[in-house]
Amino acid sequence: MSRSGRGASHSRTQLGDRYRAWVHHHRLSAADSLNRILERPFSSLLTWLVIGIALALPVGLSATLQSAQALSARWDGGVQISVFLKPEVSAESAQSLAEQFDGRGDVATVRFVSREEALAEFSLQSGLADVVLSLEENPLPNLVLVTPVAALDADAIAGLRADLAGREEVEEAVLDMQWVARLAQLMELGRRVVLVAGALLVAGVVLILGNTIRLAIESRREEIVIVKLVGGSNGFVRRPFLYTGLWYGVGGGLAAAILVSVALWFLSVPVDELARLYGSGFSLRGPGFIGALNVVLLGGALGLAGAWLAVSRHLSDIEPR
Amino acid sequence: MITFDRVSMRYDEGHDALRDVSVTIDPDDLVFLTGHSGAGKSTLLRLIMLMERPTRGQVIVDGRNLQKVRRRGIPRHRRDIGVVFQNHRLLLDRTVFDNVALPLTISGYDHREVGRRVRAALDKVGLLDRERAMPEVLSGGEQQRVGIARAVVGRPRILLADEPTGNLDPALSAEIMQLFEEFNSVGVTVLIASHDLALISRLHHRIITLREGRIVGAGA
Repeated sequence: MSRSGRGASHSRTQLGDRYRAWVHHHRLSAADSLNRILERPFSSLLTWLVIGIALALPVGLSATLQSAQALSARWDGGVQISVFLKPEVSAESAQSLAEQFDGRGDVATVRFVSREEALAEFSLQSGLADVVLSLEENPLPNLVLVTPVAALDADAIAGLRADLAGREEVEEAVLDMQWVARLAQLMELGRRVVLVAGALLVAGVVLILGNTIRLAIESRREEIVIVKLVGGSNGFVRRPFLYTGLWYGVGGGLAAAILVSVALWFLSVPVDELARLYGSGFSLRGPGFIGALNVVLLGGALGLAGAWLAVSRHLSDIEPR
Repeated sequence: MITFDRVSMRYDEGHDALRDVSVTIDPDDLVFLTGHSGAGKSTLLRLIMLMERPTRGQVIVDGRNLQKVRRRGIPRHRRDIGVVFQNHRLLLDRTVFDNVALPLTISGYDHREVGRRVRAALDKVGLLDRERAMPEVLSGGEQQRVGIARAVVGRPRILLADEPTGNLDPALSAEIMQLFEEFNSVGVTVLIASHDLALISRLHHRIITLREGRIVGAGA
């Protein structure tokens, strides 16, 4: 219809007015949705708790995992690489090679063990001194023991080992601590378990919220029909339900943050004591303020996603008849 | 203002609601649409509001061929038409003020302007003192007047009413009809579906009569 035929005073609205009205309706929808949620505190609290528990599990697991990762990083200091040199390498060139290794940035300490020292040590520790004496020549190679700097992770240590093994004087470089690789793999396994569990629970949260919003849509069916009859667009009809999803999600995120903080605090006393008995610096770290904020934001995003899912699925079905 | 050009409407279950209907309603006219229930009155109104699409033929409303209005354009089209329903269709959990304000909120009016217009519309239907009331506490006649205020608050050029006096006694019905005449006198095209022949024949306006989906009398 050509409204302009009636002049600006008819019902043409200014762009600025429309923007203000749009913001106003957002505020109205947000407040109205929140009111509706707070009007039924018990069932809303249940929804928040369900979402909170579903979010708390992956968040709590990943917080524990992060604490463990911080700990495993400190354990890397115990790693040593044994660099066995070729038999033809003389003691002097072996010594200078050891000095070269020591000059590297990723190497903390280097200890040179000459073949004579090694043989003496071996005959002493093995109790096979007679056998050793009967040997015509020393079968042991010169050895350089390399300790990497503590900050290196498993990949960097493996890289260092390969680098050392590539030198032409070197027969073989052995990474003594296979458990570093195993620990890294265990950490990776844990990370993936948390990831899978998290993905499943997050999907669950979206579905729970989607269903909650679907019920809200059903209970306001007549209202939706009326709004559509007087010219409400899908966006207009959608808005309050999206806010409902947002509030449920934010509330659920808040519940999750509280649950995780309380649970980690509850566990932290015995864990710290245990760590002290083992002489370890391990301690459980809670999500912290930023972490908690992220959980709340995540909850809000999931709430919006669930609401969007329900709204796009069910709102277009409701047409005036 | 409203033109039906050889419009037929057959519902999915095979019922022919309208058969080859051609009629034109002039601007600024007030027209009654009558006939037994099931004659096609409601279908005709629903086609104007794009609650249905015709099986054949064209509907043109204020120069706009409704065939060309896509699904996304329907809300905008409806905002240009005021509608009054038989069962009021008010939001029962909102005040009278909020109910009347709904079309303006949807259209994106500034809230001061909304307040001014809503009060003007409520004043027009004589309910200015009930703006804070909930619809449930109002009488049937008052509820219908709230519905009328909501239909005219956006100052539409077309006003449709589907059995607006269906549930009211004769005195109230006459009052409601008088309201429609007042809106018509300020340039609103009004189309009222009603089977209350006794009432509408007293009012000296054009009467379109439908029988089994056909126009049997198109009035002057």
